[in-house]
Order: sequence, then structure tokens, then C-alpha cells
Amino acid sequence: MSLLELSLRELSAALAARRASSREATGAALARIEATDGRLGAFLRVTGERARAAALAADERAARGARLGPLDGVPLALKDIFLTRGVETTAASRILQGWIPPYSACVVERLEAQGAVLLGKTNMDEFAMGSSNENSAYGPCRNPWDLSRTPGGSSGGSAAAVAARQAFGALGTDTGGSIREPAAFSGAVGLKPNYGRVSRYGVIAFASSLDQPGPLARTVGDAAVLLGAVAGRDDRDMTSSARPVDDYLAGLEGGARGLRLGVPREWMGEGVDGPVRERVRQALEAYRAMGAEVVDVSLPHSRYGVAAYYLIAPAEASSNLARYDGVRFGPRVAGKGLRETYARTRSAGFGPEPKRRIMLGTYALSAGYYDAYYLRAQKVRTLVRRDFDEAFRSCDLVAGPVTPTVAFRLGERVDDPLRMYLADVFTISASLAALPALSVPCGLDAALGMPVGLQLVGRPFDEATLLRAARALEREQGPLPPPRGLP
Amino acid sequence: MTGEWDVVLGLEVHAQLLTRSKAFCGCSTAFGAEPNAQVCPVCLGLPGSLPSLNRRMVEMAVRVGLALGCAVRRKSVWARKNYFYPDLPKGYQISQYELPVCEGGGLEIGAGGRERLVRLVRIHLEEDAGKNLHDVAPDGSSGVDLNRAGVPLLEIVSAPDLRSADEAVEYLKALRALLVWLGVNDGNLEEGSFRCDANVSVKPAGAEKLGTRCEIKNMNSFRFLRQAVEFEVRRQVAVLESGGAVEQETRLFDPARGETRAMRSKEEAHDYRYFPEPDLPPLLVDEATVEAQRRALPELPRALWRRLQAELGLSAQDAGLLVADRGVADFFAEALAAAGRPEAAKRIANLLVGDLARLANETGLAPAAWKLRPAHLAELVRLLESGAVGGPAGKQVLEETFRSGRAPAAVVEERGLAQLSDEAALEAVVDRVLAASPAEVERHRGGKKNLLGFFVGQVMRETKGKANPAVVNALLAKRLGG
Amino acid sequence: MALTRDDVRRIAALARLELGEEEERLFQGQLSAVLDYVRQLEALDVSAVEPMTHALAAGEAAPLRDDEVRPGLSAEEALAAAPAREGTCFKVPRIIE
Repeated sequence: MSLLELSLRELSAALAARRASSREATGAALARIEATDGRLGAFLRVTGERARAAALAADERAARGARLGPLDGVPLALKDIFLTRGVETTAASRILQGWIPPYSACVVERLEAQGAVLLGKTNMDEFAMGSSNENSAYGPCRNPWDLSRTPGGSSGGSAAAVAARQAFGALGTDTGGSIREPAAFSGAVGLKPNYGRVSRYGVIAFASSLDQPGPLARTVGDAAVLLGAVAGRDDRDMTSSARPVDDYLAGLEGGARGLRLGVPREWMGEGVDGPVRERVRQALEAYRAMGAEVVDVSLPHSRYGVAAYYLIAPAEASSNLARYDGVRFGPRVAGKGLRETYARTRSAGFGPEPKRRIMLGTYALSAGYYDAYYLRAQKVRTLVRRDFDEAFRSCDLVAGPVTPTVAFRLGERVDDPLRMYLADVFTISASLAALPALSVPCGLDAALGMPVGLQLVGRPFDEATLLRAARALEREQGPLPPPRGLP
Repeated sequence: MTGEWDVVLGLEVHAQLLTRSKAFCGCSTAFGAEPNAQVCPVCLGLPGSLPSLNRRMVEMAVRVGLALGCAVRRKSVWARKNYFYPDLPKGYQISQYELPVCEGGGLEIGAGGRERLVRLVRIHLEEDAGKNLHDVAPDGSSGVDLNRAGVPLLEIVSAPDLRSADEAVEYLKALRALLVWLGVNDGNLEEGSFRCDANVSVKPAGAEKLGTRCEIKNMNSFRFLRQAVEFEVRRQVAVLESGGAVEQETRLFDPARGETRAMRSKEEAHDYRYFPEPDLPPLLVDEATVEAQRRALPELPRALWRRLQAELGLSAQDAGLLVADRGVADFFAEALAAAGRPEAAKRIANLLVGDLARLANETGLAPAAWKLRPAHLAELVRLLESGAVGGPAGKQVLEETFRSGRAPAAVVEERGLAQLSDEAALEAVVDRVLAASPAEVERHRGGKKNLLGFFVGQVMRETKGKANPAVVNALLAKRLGG
Repeated sequence: MALTRDDVRRIAALARLELGEEEERLFQGQLSAVLDYVRQLEALDVSAVEPMTHALAAGEAAPLRDDEVRPGLSAEEALAAAPAREGTCFKVPRIIE
């Protein structure tokens, strides 16, 4: 069996036992990328030499019996939103083309300090704005189950790379569903931690009050290891939480018995495609069979989530993207005078979706509209959070679909931004509420054979229970087969 | 101002806080480095960077708030002020908007029955911008230096309580002295670490409705503030008197011409799109922080000013000069303590604001750096009061001790500056002086009584300033017959 | 809520974007559609609701940074990615005040 079929934890065990070397694993991953990525488009750049050097160092540590932990020597992929010192970082935008950051993101530092081997930077929607990866300035990524379909977005490259066995795990970021939706579409496990659980330092900002880095992995246990490796307070991010980080592996195999899963009635209605609803129902049945209780809950304000989100996120984005002015970094397009130079630089550098959101956010914050749009949306956000607080009085986890449909075809929605935005309808609530949420595969849909994800939303900072519940389902239903779109 | 017009004036002061590191990153705040040598990803506004709040900056704001009698908010909120400018790397300034750290309070100015309180509206924290440098290249391009970007600022906004350029200058001086006193600002207007903008309007005398105001920028000295306000008032009055209307605008003071002019970059009306800064949680100031700052608060200059007059009998002017500088005030207090007698206060004060102030000015040294220590000053005063040293000799002693740091008594001894009070010895000198000036003696006898001073001066010259003036006067009176 | 072409131009100017005719037309329609969609929020009475301006729960306030100077970037590192420089300054078109 190829090393690439091992999960991250299995590889780690093999490396620890010196049954495999990081050089072999890294070489296999790089070869797989080489062989498949021309069709898949998961990577924007592959850092083969650095990866091989890191693998060599990891093997030497293993030989000395001085492994740095479970990630030492494990080949991973990073969404191109994480700054990597000395390695071009673009957020899939032309406005950062060629930019080589002088520092690394906190999570990158932490992964490197634990010996992880970084294979390269994965494709994404420009500035994480999108749900299909079609907003990348460098071409779309495709779904390894069906190359004519989207892998989801914005962390599409990370999800596809993991699902396609190009990497043993990856990091993405989630603002309104950008980890969970591509995980669901591509058949991976994706976890958006509680806001503040993982440092945002060195993560290119989209919407600061929503952005949160998190793992994409092939198994729930792999996601647990990755989260444990990057979570925890960072002095450079004042929104990162000082709460102690749980041991996510400790209770992982604890099963679902006794857990109460609340299913919001608003999430299982007309808005969900039949085959998706069917798979989610079966997953809930499986939980019941495992001794969990499934109860009805209501999130009455979740239907307002998309509207609130598409005011808050663009407003913050319009401000976060003001620094791309061609003064200190990035390409500049000269115009007559300062003002025109700014406008030309930005117009040439940003793709249509960032422009749309900058426009929307600028409008929502502008004089006379702040109260009606931004402030109102932040109040609705409070209501969305209260819904969850209320629901958690009668359940331990909220459960439902990740997306209303399985992965759609590339090009299907690009001309209708609003329709694209509605792909996030179920993921946005947890984002607004700042709560931890996860997508775990729950089989393939009957019609198309595409992966379906089950979404679980946890209590504040209770990633451990999310992982435990997801692991129970994973163990019950067995692994997905390898994606058939990319032999 | 003119009698027919009332001037209404408020100041917005930006004071750079004396922290070692910047507001939101660990870069140095030191002035004068090579451009862009004191920067990091945060103050450069690089993608992915996040602000990390400096504790001392908050403590200093609380200290100032307490000193000015403000209400210190236990929870204040950071906001982003969005606009594009090359010296603003992130495209927004982190500031405080709806909920500033301090509100209310005031600063008393004036003396001699004209004391009044200038009310404050608010005090908030924010970060400074970088510096645009003009004409750095032959093609007229500008340059951007971000060393100053992110340096912590305290913005202190007064109510429109000021009524003249004089009052504005007085308020600004008092505020500057207070901030320096509190150790939060270096008071340097030229280097821009203490800056002010003025909101100026005029209205018909006695009218209730305020006139349209203009904001004036770029006044980096007290003199320029006075000039700018006086010019702006004249300008607005002229506009109104000729039947025109004052336009609300931002105007720059041009020091070369002594005029204000409308800024050229009028662009669109400013729309800063303020919103709460999502990268910074609300600023929580706990009771312990407030209490610690309250305990550490020194006696404030205005209170000390009053006490020096009431308890020690100093004049308002001398007291004012002493409290204008914390170092001088502290020196005074130490010297007084060393003297051990409150009666020494006036003499100590006189020397401090007189000869010592002159010496300090000449050398540019702050009291802490003087070789003359407070105990020296107390010793000198003792020598003066006991008559061991006379006034003119005392001045020499002061200068020598200031120069060398040697104790006054030792200087007196070495230089033989002890006062001559021996009547017999002085009598001989007086006789010599009178004998040498028969014409003057004659004129004095003829009624020119003011020649007495001349004779005293001659005796002093003969004795190298050491003669006891009282004894000399008595002897002269006896010899010249009253 | 329908945006006019002038609205689009005003917002673009504020955001320092230079839009072509076609983009202006496209954004006018698309942004109007989104603004129409978000109007549903008006159905909610939020007059008594506090806005959730920060995602981290109250009481999670982060410790503040000690006032210590830490090493940053050298001027050369700071300028490495600059599209134009003059000496150790970032060079920009003439600024008019």
C-alpha cells in the first residue's frame, strides 16, 4: 500500500517506529502532486526543495530518537493565506503577486517548530472571498471526485489536496464556511475552531471578527492532532484566547452515547436538496443507534445570517483591503498623481469579487448608512448567537447539513453572486456566533456519488466534544473510498 | 476681540506618549533614526499583521485623565478611522471614536482673580501616522518614512471655552506643562511630539448661536498658535463684515506669511467610515489600574502653585515660574527641606527663578543635571541670611558652585568672599573713598543725596563686593553727616 | 434598494477603485441585488439588542503587552518589496496638501 493511503496519524506512527521515513512520505506526496496537480489545481506553488530539506532534518531527528512530536516529518499543505517567510504568499490575488513576506504566520511557526514538512501553498478564492475557488486569480481548483465540479471554497485547494492524497493534512481558514464547505464538497474533515482558539497573526485578513484558521484532514483524529498543534494564545493576536487548550485526542474515542444532538428545524426544510437531506438523516439515525439522543431545536434567526454576514464581512474587508495601495509592497500601476496611482493599482490588482465586497462594505460603512447596515447586522449577530445559547440548553451539539447541495459545477454560479453567497447559508450561523463547527463526511449522495458533509456546531471552545462526536460517526460508517475523479 | 465680535475657540491637542515602544508593536519610539529603520510588519501595515496594545500607553492615559479630573471609562472601544494616505500604512488609523478612554474634566488657567476652568470634552488614545517627505527626488516625488507610524498619541479635546489667542496660548502652555509634569510627554513642539489644532469661529458679541468654525493645523510653536488664531479671527471678521459667510474647512497655517490658507487637497468631504476595530477587544481599565495611577499622581502644578503662595508667601509670579517645570519645583522642595525653615522659601525661590534660571538657560542643563545640588542652595541661603556672605559675593558663590559643584562654604573660604562687617576696617576704606572723591563729597553736601549710592559702590569695589552694605551705609551716613 | 450609477461612482472613489463602464453597470445591478436581499433585516426589531462588535466573549480580555522594545525589520527588509524607493523612503507620486 502506498504511504499516501495512510492517515496523518498512521504516518506519524510509522515515522515514530521508523517503519517509514519522512523523505519517502514527502517524496511520495511531491510525486503525487507532480502527477495530478496539472488537472486538479490544488497548489499555487510547491516548495519541493524546502520540503525535502525539512524531511531530511525530520529523519535525522527520528534517527536520534528526538522527534518533535506527532507532526515531525509529516507533509502538510498550507492555504496561500498564511504568510510564509521567504515563500511567495498571494492570497490568490494579483495584488500580491510576487510578494515574499518577511515573517511567518503564528500557525506556520508552530507547525515548523514541531517539525512539519510544508509542501506548498494551496489555491483558494482571492482573499478567501468565495465558495467555489473560482475566484482565484490563478485559475480554479477542481474537485477530486469530479473534475468538472468545484471543490468548494474558499479553502478549496487545501480540501482538494487532502482528499486527493497530495498531503496528509492542511490548514485553511473559515470566515463564513470556508473550511467546512470545501471539506463537505471534497470529502474531507474540516474544523473551524471557536473564534480566538487559533492565532490569526500572519493570516491575511478578510473579515477580522470572523476569520479563524483550522485544519482540513482525512480523518477526525488527524484534525484533532492538527488543531492541538496550532491552537492556543498568541501574544501578537489580542483576539486569541488565553483559555487552556484541551487535549483533543484524550476523549476522541469516547463515542456518542449520551450526547444530545439538536437538529435545527430551519436547517432541514425545503432549502436542502433531497439527497443531501437524506444522507444527513441517515447520519442522525446512526447517532441514535449509537446511543445519542436527537432532539429538535430552533435557530429562528439563522435565516437572517446570510444577510448579516454579507454586511459585516464586506465592511471589515473593505477596511482590511485598504492597505493594498502599491506603496510598501506589491505591484504598482502608475497613474497621473497619487490618487490615480492608488485607483489604478487597486483596480488592476483586485479581481471582481474583492472589488464587489470592497464596494459593498464601503457603502455599508459610509456616512448615513452605518446604523442601517453595519450596526443592524451586528445586532442581528447577537440574536444569532443567542439562538445557539438557547439551543444549547437542550442539546450538546447542533447538527445539520453543511451545504444545501453537493459540489456544484464550475461556472454554474459565477454570474450570480447572490446565489453563490447562499451556498453558505448553514455555515454562516456558527461563524457569526463565533462557535466551533466541523464538517465530517457522511457518505456519498445517491444521485451523483458526490460527498456529503454533516455539520456539527459545539458550545463555546468545546472543540473536544465536536471531535469526539464526529469520530463516533466516522468509526461507525467507515472511511470514504478514495475520490474517483483523480486516479 | 474687536468688541463687536466674540471669539470662540477650542483646541485639539495631540501629545505623543513617552513610551519606549509603539502603541501596537514593539518598535522603538526614539526620534531621529534613519527613515524606516524603526518599523516591523505591524507598523508597516503588512498583510497578516495585528495590533498588540501597549499597557503603559493605557496607564498614561489614565494618569492624565485623573490629573484633569476626567471620568475614566472602565470600558472603551477602539475604532478604525478609514482614509487613504501614504503615511497611513493600513489605510486606517486605530483610534477611539464613540467611547473614548476619558471624558469631561477641565484645566484651570489664569491668575489674579481671572482664574477660569477650560472644560474638556474627551481624551482618547490613537496611533500616529508616519511622515511624508516632500520633493525627495528631482521629479518632485514624495517619500514616506514610517518610523513615527504607530507611535502612541493622546488626543485631548477642549470645549470651545477659550475666548482669545492669549487664552489659547495660556491653556496650551498649562496643558503642556502638566503633561510634562506627569512624565507622559516631552513637550517638544518643534519635533512634533506636542501638537495642536485650533477650531476657531467668531460671532456677533453676545450672540448665542455659534459661528461656522474652521480647523487650523500646522502650528508648531506658541507664537504660531497666537499668530494663526489672530489672523484667522481677523479673516473671519472681515468675511462676515463684508457680508460674506465663513466656509467650514480645514486651513493650514503658513509660518512664512503668518497666514492661514485653505488646504488644497479638498477631495470629497471626509467620510472616515468609523467602525469598531475588530482586531482589538474593548479596552477594559480595571479599578486596580485606576487606583495605582491615582496613588502615583504627584501634587499637580496648579495645586502646588496655590500652596506656594498660601503657605510660603511666594508671589504668584515666582510660584508660577517654579511650577512651570517639574524639575525646578522638585529642586525647590528639596532645597527647602534641606534648609529646614519655611522662612528660607522666598530666598530659595528668588535664586531659583533668578540667577539659577539664567545659569540653567545658558548651559541648557535641567535641574537634575546641575552640579549645584539642593543642599548647596540651602547652605548658600544660610550664609546669606547670617550675613556671612553678602549679596554680590553670594552671586559669585552661586556661579562657582554651579560650575564646579564645590560647597558654598568652601568656595567662600577659598576665595575669601566672607562678608566684611568689621567697622574699623571698613571705616578705613570709607575714609579712603571719600578722600579720593572730594568733588562728589562736595556735591553730596550741597544736596545731591543720590550720590550715596556712588559711594557705596566705590566701597564695594574696594572690598571686591565683600563689604556688608548695612555697615557701609551707617559709616557713610556718619561721615557725611546724615 | 437600487443603487444609482452615481452611487457606484461615489463608492468606487471612496474605495480608490477605478471601474470601467462595464464594471460600473455590472456592480450597479449586483450590489443592488445584494442590498435588496439584506433588506430582510429590517423586519427584525433590534432596538433593544446590543451589537456583537467583538467575537471574543466579554471577560476574555487579553493581557496587554509590556512596554518593551523588540527587534523589528531593518530598513532594507522593510523596503525589499517596495515598488519604488528613494534612499530608505518609500517613494510615491507627489503629495499635495
